[in-house]
Amino acid sequence: MTTATAPQAFRPASWNTAGYLMVAPYVLVFLVFVLYPVCYGLWLARSPASYVKLFSDPFFLTAVFNTALFVGVVVNLKFLIALFLSGFFVHDRVWIRWLSVLFILPWAVPSIPTILSFRFMLNPEWGVINSVIFKLTAMDGPNWLNDRWIAFSMAGLVHIWKSLPFWTLILITGRLAISKDLYEAAAVDGASRWQQFQWITWPSLKNLFLTCTILSMIWTLGDFNSIYLLTGGGPGDLTHVLATLGIRYLRLDQLDLSMATIVVAMPLVLPLVYFMVKRLSTDDTPGHGDAK
Amino acid sequence: MKKRFTSRKLFTEAGLLLVGIPVFLWTIAPIYHMLLFALSTKEGAFSGRLWPQPITFQNFDFVFNQKHHFLHYFWQQMGSSLLIAFATGIITLVIATGAAFAISRLKVRGGRTIMNMALFTYFIPAAFLAVPMYKAMGTYGLLNSRWAMILAMVTLASPYAIWVLKQASDRLPVELDEAAIMDGATPWQLFRLVYLPLMVPSMVAIGIYALLLAWNEYLYAFLLMSNEKEVTLAVALGLFMSADDSPWELLMTTGFIYALPPAAIYYTFKKYMVSGLTAGAVKS
Repeated sequence: MTTATAPQAFRPASWNTAGYLMVAPYVLVFLVFVLYPVCYGLWLARSPASYVKLFSDPFFLTAVFNTALFVGVVVNLKFLIALFLSGFFVHDRVWIRWLSVLFILPWAVPSIPTILSFRFMLNPEWGVINSVIFKLTAMDGPNWLNDRWIAFSMAGLVHIWKSLPFWTLILITGRLAISKDLYEAAAVDGASRWQQFQWITWPSLKNLFLTCTILSMIWTLGDFNSIYLLTGGGPGDLTHVLATLGIRYLRLDQLDLSMATIVVAMPLVLPLVYFMVKRLSTDDTPGHGDAK
Repeated sequence: MKKRFTSRKLFTEAGLLLVGIPVFLWTIAPIYHMLLFALSTKEGAFSGRLWPQPITFQNFDFVFNQKHHFLHYFWQQMGSSLLIAFATGIITLVIATGAAFAISRLKVRGGRTIMNMALFTYFIPAAFLAVPMYKAMGTYGLLNSRWAMILAMVTLASPYAIWVLKQASDRLPVELDEAAIMDGATPWQLFRLVYLPLMVPSMVAIGIYALLLAWNEYLYAFLLMSNEKEVTLAVALGLFMSADDSPWELLMTTGFIYALPPAAIYYTFKKYMVSGLTAGAVKS
């Protein structure tokens, strides 16, 4: 990067004034719509009583557990699949190129209609999945969204469906940046597929993979749509995550609990966010802005 | 030897197909299902058949002519979605281009802090900002207006916009500024005559990013607006769920119409989107 090393050009003092004027709109937006709301929210959640109430709500503990599963298991599963599929998509075939164009669709279309589409597919009486099960086995399929664990797994699948293409795409870019000579040399030496992955692909992909996983974990914490539109938090409010629970409290007019839910999630979010800000403000992480 | 080679090749191809076919089915299923409903009668849709029989365009007639009580305000909601998306795109561009120019070219004091503030906002999950934002919009008296939604979307879109534009701007040669200083150009002239023309590709990408972010947003839209005539299509789709006997074939038809513009924009501007914007649009 030239800006970091090149000597700074002399800039007239008037430039700084102009600079202030040009950043002012964003600073204003930040103060009015981020800083003030956050401070106000923290002030609303200042009472220790709110937290006592929150921790005694059984739905809260369920939501914390679900959130941990969503972030810990679903995101990692998603990345294992993305890692595998990125290896599939780098094969140079015409049909695979076409498939990769199609594969990006879930990411290119808005999530509301597709999640609702999933929802009807899972309808126990009229949904297409159960009617196929009935045709094949002459037995009724499960009541998908009426069982806590099935419903929650389905929400996980919906989440994976939506965001898998994006992360696969990033990992494909990462894989394509690895020199082909390395693989050719390895093939000459008789290295197996697995050895090639272990000694060439993984070492060059590791950093990108970990950064992306962390980023995806942060954003998955805020995945409201996959749960809310598929299960609505049900059955019996057992599939909530922190993001949907916060909104549920808001709808029930329990604003202090709603804010407290968010505050409780912060010790988890802030270190990850800090890590990412540090990374991005010092270098270009591949896959961000500069993916080649 | 030659024969063994081809059989091994065949094995590889079969393996690829074994991955490719499930990937295809998995990707297409809910989208095909949406289209299936859009082209089916109510009875056809609820029969669990895998193809529309008979194929009908009646649902589109119902949606476009607002012939159902869930669809009374379809065109107004479409207008709302368009208005909010375009307003967000334009305002975000104005704010972010100025800020990126000031930070990257004018080296304004405190620029780095501002950049970090912006990145911080970008990484905080949007759902967590929704509750405080909702409260604040109430305080400002903006709730239930389209402005609340536009301003919220600008707040969410500008951090990433500034970051991308700053990266692009950092790549422009320093000599440009030096030459401008030598010639006694004002910062405004530098901005208008040198910077803006060079930044057009990134600005197109960012404008589209902000526009799609606003068009696709559900949570903020349903928190910040409640008037049925003013809500966006995304919220209108959610409203279908309020009844037990929802007309799913109409819901899926509306959803299909709503999903078309972003998909079309995405595939048209694929080049920009993939290289410039990959990290941004996933935040939904």
